[in-house]
Order: sequence, then structure tokens, then C-alpha cells
Amino acid sequence: MSLYNLQKFLYELNRDESIQKQYKDDIETLLSNYILTDEESDALRKGDIGLLYVLGVNGQILMHFAAFLGIEWFDYLDKMRDGIEDHGEVRDGVYAMTGGGKSFTSEEEVK
Amino acid sequence: MSLVYTGVLSHAPGITGRAHMVENVEKRDEFYSALESQRQDIVNSGAEAIIVIAAEHFANFFMNNMPAYCIGISENYEGPIEDPKWLAIEKTQIPGAPDLGKRITRSVMETVDVSYSEEWKFDHGIMVPLNFLTPRYDIPVIPVNINCQGPPLTPLHRSWAFGEALRRACDAVPEKIALVGTGGISHWPATPDSGKINEAWDREFLDKLMRNDKDSLLSYSDEDTYRDAGQGGFEIRTFITAAAAAGGKGDLHFYTAELPIFAVGCTVASFSLS
Repeated sequence: MSLYNLQKFLYELNRDESIQKQYKDDIETLLSNYILTDEESDALRKGDIGLLYVLGVNGQILMHFAAFLGIEWFDYLDKMRDGIEDHGEVRDGVYAMTGGGKSFTSEEEVK
Repeated sequence: MSLVYTGVLSHAPGITGRAHMVENVEKRDEFYSALESQRQDIVNSGAEAIIVIAAEHFANFFMNNMPAYCIGISENYEGPIEDPKWLAIEKTQIPGAPDLGKRITRSVMETVDVSYSEEWKFDHGIMVPLNFLTPRYDIPVIPVNINCQGPPLTPLHRSWAFGEALRRACDAVPEKIALVGTGGISHWPATPDSGKINEAWDREFLDKLMRNDKDSLLSYSDEDTYRDAGQGGFEIRTFITAAAAAGGKGDLHFYTAELPIFAVGCTVASFSLS
């Protein structure tokens, strides 16, 4: 488990346009700069929001990454719910799901 | 007296980024109207600079070296770090106030060990408030951050002391300064629970805040806040710091839990200065 490194990857990506370009152009070299598990590297490679959420990535870091990937808001929420479904409860951090996966916005319910 | 205005407001990214999704357009516009009134109050105060006490979200500060408190002393800033379409705020440059920022920092250091920064990228935590309060980015900004995201977090009583230190610092300089605290009350942002709001908790907190009741404001434990108000509730530090800086009672201009698409109970308030 290297949640610190995983979050640092995303922290640096989120705030630096040159790293964002490298993410798109040469992600393998970028990944090699960080000590990550295979599971973490793969989640970053795929932009797997659900797994990153379950691994404990702080929501404020993950939300910005999802926006960078162009994921729409309600899709972002669903991907986190799917992550819980596929991988179980959030394993670390303070961004656990507490509402059982239900929606709290009428706008989403009528989507 | 050089502190000429103190208030608080919400900063959630949905306030701008998801404005187009809102069903309750009337309530949304009522909120925007309250923010516009806050902007006018700041203009009418004659403020020459604005201190924004924010709870940033890993735009600048990370767990490699996390300051409890930081004051910006840069000549200018850039933001937002987020995708501009997602936040519905264009990337721009924001003027800073380096000389004033340094004088404020030196004064605060007399009682609070604060860090400072000449390199700071704004995220929604500052950009959303500026979008409403200084939409032309024509008032120099002194960003101030309180770590509300990566525990261990500064205790609430230290946030209070920080607010008092900022007040002393503002009163020791000739410039007219506006100060706003920006954060959420109860909310579970950036999780599948986004939109969950504990309105009763919010209203009780706001009642204490408007009475500027120091003892009851400082009585919250992080464990209780996390349980009742979510991880977003840790941001009450920004509101408490603003209350401490003002010293006087508050006036709640707007609050609603009826805009959950914004993922926070939307709040606008000001304080009398004493």
C-alpha cells in the first residue's frame, strides 16, 4: 500500500499542465517516477476512478483528476459507487461513502 | 481601524460549475443575489485588499510538508487549477499584495507560527468566492490557507487564535482590508454522498457563529464533526477564524440546504467588527 505516493502522483498531475501533457503523451515514464503497486499504476493508467476511490485517494484530489479526464459529474459519482460495488469499502482516508450509494440530489435522480 | 469588512461564504465548485444543472433556479438566483450584495458591501467598505481565508484542496499543499496555516505574499497568482469548463471559471491571473502580505505575516508571527508562500495556485476554494466578490479581479488578494483536508488538523482554538492574530495584523496597517472566510459547513463533497447536507447541524452551527459564541464554537471535536457533518465539516475552521477576526455578532444573509447539487448548504453572512 503506497497511498501517499498514489496521491502525490495525482496531486502533482492536478496542478501542473506539463505533467498533464506527459500523462497523455508518455504515461509510462511518468509512472516510473513514483513507487507504486501494480494495482495503483494500473488504476492511474486506466483512469479507474472507482478503484482509486476505494484505495483511499482523497476525494478532493480524485475529483480534480476526474475533471481532467473529462468525466461528467454524475458519471464521476457513479464510478465511485461502482468502485465500492466491485472492490468493497473505501480502505483508507476520510472520504468513505456513508449513504449506501443513494443519490442526494434530485437532479441526478431525473438524469 | 483598518479591517473594514468581515464575512463568510461557501466555495463549493458546483456553485459555478454545476449552475446549469440546478432545478431550483429561483433559490439558486437568490443565493447569487446574496453574493452580489456581499460584493457590493465589500466595495462600499472601501477595501483596498481582500484576505481570503480558504481551505484549499491540495492545489499547493500536500502531505510532504503540510502547513497548518499559510499566508500568500506573492505579486500575483494563477487559477483555477481545475479544468475551466468543469468549474466554469476561465484561467486567469489574480493580483496579490506582497508588501501588505508581508506586514500581515510578520504581525501574525508574533503569536501564531504561520508559513508563507510566494507561489500559490488557486483552486475552487478561492476562485469561486473571487468569481462573485471580485469578478474583474481588480482588488489585490492575500490568500490564507488553513489545512482542513489532510489530518492531523489544527485545533479549533488555534484557528480562533489565528483569527485574532489576523485582526491585530489588519488593525496595525493603514490599508483598508476586507476579510472573508470561505468553507463548507456540513457536507460530504467529492464522494458518492455529494449533496448530503445535515441542515439541523448547519443551522445550529450558524446560530453559534452569528452569536459569535467562542466557547460553543470551539466545543466541536473533529470526531463529532466527521460523524455529523462529514469530512467537509472540517472547513468550519475558516468560518471560526473569520468570526474571531471580526469579534462582533454576525448577520446571516442567506442559507439554504435546498441546492444539494452544489454539494453544500449555501451560506452568505457578515459580521460586525468590535
